[in-house]
Amino acid sequence: MKKLLSIVLAVLVAASFFSGCGQKQQQQSQQQEQQQQQEQAKKIETSVKIGLATDEGGKGDKSFNDAAIAGLDKIASEYTVEPVILESKQNDQYEPNLKNLATANDLIFAVGFKMKDALKKVATANPDKKFAIIDETVNLPNVESICFKEEEGSFLMGVIAAKTSQTGKIGFVGGIDTPLIQKFEAGFIAGVKSVNPEAAKELQNRKNVKYANSFSDINKGYELAKSLYNSGCDVIYHAAGGVGLGVFNAAKDMKKWAIGVDSDQAVTVPKAKDVILCSMLKRVDVGTYSASKDMIENKFKGGSTLVLGLKEDGVGIAPTVNPAVQQSTIDLANKYKEAIINGTIVVPSTLDDVKKFKPVEIK
Amino acid sequence: MNNAGIPIIVALLASTLRLATPLIFAALGGLFSEKSGVVNIGLEGMLTIGAFFAVYGSFKTNNPWIGIVFAIVSGAAIAAVHAFLSIHLKADQTISGVAINIFAAAITSYLLMVLFNRQGQTDGVTSLYYPKEAMLKIPVLGKFLAELNWYVFIAIALVIVTNYIFYKTPLGLRIRAVGEHPKAADTLGISVYGIRYLCVILSGALAGLGGASLSLSNTNIFREGMVSGKGFIAIAAMIFGNYKPFGALWACLIFALADAFQIVAQGLGWPFPSEFYSAIPFIITMIVLSGFVGKTVPPAADGIPYEKGEK
Repeated sequence: MKKLLSIVLAVLVAASFFSGCGQKQQQQSQQQEQQQQQEQAKKIETSVKIGLATDEGGKGDKSFNDAAIAGLDKIASEYTVEPVILESKQNDQYEPNLKNLATANDLIFAVGFKMKDALKKVATANPDKKFAIIDETVNLPNVESICFKEEEGSFLMGVIAAKTSQTGKIGFVGGIDTPLIQKFEAGFIAGVKSVNPEAAKELQNRKNVKYANSFSDINKGYELAKSLYNSGCDVIYHAAGGVGLGVFNAAKDMKKWAIGVDSDQAVTVPKAKDVILCSMLKRVDVGTYSASKDMIENKFKGGSTLVLGLKEDGVGIAPTVNPAVQQSTIDLANKYKEAIINGTIVVPSTLDDVKKFKPVEIK
Repeated sequence: MNNAGIPIIVALLASTLRLATPLIFAALGGLFSEKSGVVNIGLEGMLTIGAFFAVYGSFKTNNPWIGIVFAIVSGAAIAAVHAFLSIHLKADQTISGVAINIFAAAITSYLLMVLFNRQGQTDGVTSLYYPKEAMLKIPVLGKFLAELNWYVFIAIALVIVTNYIFYKTPLGLRIRAVGEHPKAADTLGISVYGIRYLCVILSGALAGLGGASLSLSNTNIFREGMVSGKGFIAIAAMIFGNYKPFGALWACLIFALADAFQIVAQGLGWPFPSEFYSAIPFIITMIVLSGFVGKTVPPAADGIPYEKGEK
């Protein structure tokens, strides 16, 4: 009896899960069909098939993975492509997901630096397919690496932070201390250094730099930011994913400023928009879009690295800027942007290079 | 731009208490369960469920107190499943607990889509109001009190209440009897199953409240993975505190102090890699464990399902 009861219950629970999914999919597919019929006429014909595997952030992270998918959505609106997207919930799903995509697609995207090893294996095993990886470089003839100059975007955030700060103390909160996050840190420090060398000192010796050792522990972000604000900082730039949400909460509590990252966080985290000065935009969509377009137009550059910086519009200042940022500050940031684009300023991307970085003052 | 700078020691103590609060709730929950003889390693999952439903309750009603009620009820509900499996069906309690942890992570991720139409994280909701300004007016302790939140007070009050229940009331005696020697308790007419059900469900309610203290206090958002192992640290704190409420309180405070110290230490500009700072809480734990804690004694019948009429 007990056994029977538990089996029945288990089946019911399982069934209830699927019923929800089924309806949703049906609705979606109906909508899709309608849209397809309308749009099919305008699209350019191509036989290329594109697949994409996300990292743990998955669909709906409102930043990194969503941006990558947005690039493919744009492609799908211009060409007759139906991108296949697989979510990876754990590290051990990277390889099976990529393998799976490689069986039926011509170009496969691996979103995130963590997928490097998995991509290497799968790309070596499928030399006739093309691959692209974001935030890492893989030296194989059939792989295009898409990297961003996060340091250039972060540099501009540093300029804005240093100009807006009243206490002359500025903080940085990072997720996990890796070379990738250090690029954000290095660029930011260089930007601060260009405007207020004094404020950069305590960033450079890491007194005002704190790492959460996590990308999701919101409460840790709150505590880290509180500690920084308490020591006198009034602007914090975060490159810490979900941990950054805690930074925004601390900023609200203490009426200080924070700077967002990856997406326009004043829009994606609307409750915190009053404390967000601005955000550093990382246009992953530009990367996936241009690689897909190259593939369709038979210009795919395997074995090369596509580096997207300010010049290529791969990074930049998000559209939403807090009214607390003065127009003169925005103008100054734009002047620095020009200087970086035309090569007058070379933004350091490692912590060692920041120490050697000679600030260039622009008025 | 007010309240620039409070003394570092005050900041450290306040941070310690804030970080300790969810641990204290979960550790007390663990205590109830284990004292009655049911191992509960599902605390992590119960915290997750509590954190999620706290935000959902506040999201639906715009009243954070109702969010807290949601958290407590949902924690109790998931604990009832654990109770049914481990008391009634006599399932392996460790496996049931692990199952709850996995289930909680999955169901919250799913419900995030169904109830919030979001993936990964919810939008911000109304958080619990704490009268910071009024607290600042209190002489001497004002600055310190202003840095806390309601959960800190509730947690400490609950430690005292739990201690009173365990050692000063007939119910406490019964709970301990059921955990130490269920057969003897049964002979004396105590309902072993009844007490165990009550304790496990209370355990979930407390862990649910702990979840609310994570998602609906200084933060106002639920994000997948935000509990990040706090349930397991609470279990460690409970054992570390030798299965006693005040012992668990001290243990939670030590863990939280280590974590808070780690945050301050990052700002001292020592030439260490940041991984070193992340390791500080664990190093302190090991030192304290090896040097100051004697043998801990779990309840004699902990983890053993009770079979009526068995010889």
